[in-house]
Amino acid sequence: MDIVIENLTKKYGNQKAVDNISLKVATGEILGFLGPNGAGKTTTMKIITNFIAPDEGKVFIGGKLLSENSLDIKKHIGYLSESNPLYHDMPVIDFLEFCARVQGIEKSRIPSRVAEMVKTTGLNREKHKKIGELSKGYQQRVGLAQAIIHNPEILILDEPTSGLDPNQIAEIRKLIRELGREKTVILSTHILPEVEATCDRIFIINKGKIVADGTAETLRKQAQGSDILRVKIEDGEPDHIFKSLQAIKSVSTVEFADRKLNKFDIHCSASEVRREIFRLCVDKNWVLTELTPYETKLEDIFRDLTMN
Amino acid sequence: MKTIWIIAGRELNSFFDSLIAFVMLILFLGFSGFFTWISGADIFIVGQASLRTFFSIAYWTLFFFIPALTMRLIAEEKKTGTIEMLLTKPVTDRQVILGKYIATLLLIIIALTFTLPYVITISRIGNLDFGGTICGYLALILMSAAYTSIGIFASSITNNQIVAFLSALFIGLFFHIIFEVIAGGMKGIFGQVINSLSLSVHFESLSRGVVDSKDIIYFGSIIFMGLFLSEVSLSKRNAYSQ
Repeated sequence: MDIVIENLTKKYGNQKAVDNISLKVATGEILGFLGPNGAGKTTTMKIITNFIAPDEGKVFIGGKLLSENSLDIKKHIGYLSESNPLYHDMPVIDFLEFCARVQGIEKSRIPSRVAEMVKTTGLNREKHKKIGELSKGYQQRVGLAQAIIHNPEILILDEPTSGLDPNQIAEIRKLIRELGREKTVILSTHILPEVEATCDRIFIINKGKIVADGTAETLRKQAQGSDILRVKIEDGEPDHIFKSLQAIKSVSTVEFADRKLNKFDIHCSASEVRREIFRLCVDKNWVLTELTPYETKLEDIFRDLTMN
Repeated sequence: MKTIWIIAGRELNSFFDSLIAFVMLILFLGFSGFFTWISGADIFIVGQASLRTFFSIAYWTLFFFIPALTMRLIAEEKKTGTIEMLLTKPVTDRQVILGKYIATLLLIIIALTFTLPYVITISRIGNLDFGGTICGYLALILMSAAYTSIGIFASSITNNQIVAFLSALFIGLFFHIIFEVIAGGMKGIFGQVINSLSLSVHFESLSRGVVDSKDIIYFGSIIFMGLFLSEVSLSKRNAYSQ
């Protein structure tokens, strides 16, 4: 099922939490939803899951208008909200059974489905404990289990890995990747490497407005415009090397990254530059000890787009 | 309809798991039993084979116990955020309200069922008017149904349980006693209107064994208003309801 959002606006008082956002998520796509605190990520997710209604704009899910088919559409959505609210006085198994029943799963299939969820999310040892007695990481797993128990076609996950340890984060990411093969997933997070590790597409919003939309690579290309190479050349005069590097045809600019260590950052547009740098060093009898393509980090792109 | 029962089932379980149900049963039976059989204007002083004493005591005990049962129903879910988890599942606001309403009412009916030994005991002592007794129980159940719906409404307007408890008592107090007092000091049509708003008047006539459609309509409209306003207040967060 695909998600189409048209001109969504939601105000809290005078403040626009979401300001005229349009977005399309294709079936089977994993969308990473980024933005600083208070950018409107959670509000957008609450609108898609029909917890709140927008002031303006429309949401279509699987081609159907959400405002007219909310009960039907909700059956196809699994939602893990940011604070992961759960009934703390219920044992894990009872809670999952309750969720399965509310989702309208046939009575005969419920025990097997609950057992499957317990296994998938690794809750087997904790399944008879009350949810309130579990650690935050295990509660997060219960939250994930309740979101996927009815095998929804759409998964909305608001910061799914918050509060987890690095091992659990890796497991959850793997799980999301697997689920994302056949489901449409929208995932919000502050953790940028997470987006690169799990998402097909990145969507950045700031102050309720879209500031970027594309794959990690296209965002990088847009942000820097050219490739950057970090080189270290030994056995030569820094200034001499600097000038020689600048003389290479397809190099646009050269900067000293570290003068003492003879390190340079080279901005260039073509990839044969690497070969030319190598040849230059051979000609002059210098030793090339480092040559790394330097990628703009997603953090930097994120900061550029959201800090103003 | 199925969803309502699933929610009601969970809620009823949670009453028993959190011991609220047991505390409520023990206190209700303790109070009612004490004043019906042992102290005050008890059955032996009245000297009649009738449960009127019990009904008038339960009239007050239930008035205080019901807000204590209903105060957490919505307020707690709002506070902990579980209402979001619940309402983003294929569940409507109305189903949530009705599920919780039914669960609370069932708990009260369970509590009342435990007083059936009173009926048996008294019917052995003297000549019990069974018709009147059934009417008395009916009056108690209708009164509980009305106060439960008021309690749910009070719980739906706040996320603080104490506020929910006190506002339920406050609203309830008007029906329970204030309207009757006000009407007592007034004459003419206006006094009659206020008097007919008083729950005690309708409770009295019903528990005396007179089933009048006026009384049934009265309780029915309080129940409807309470539940309707609860739904309005819950859906104030402004989501699509269909």
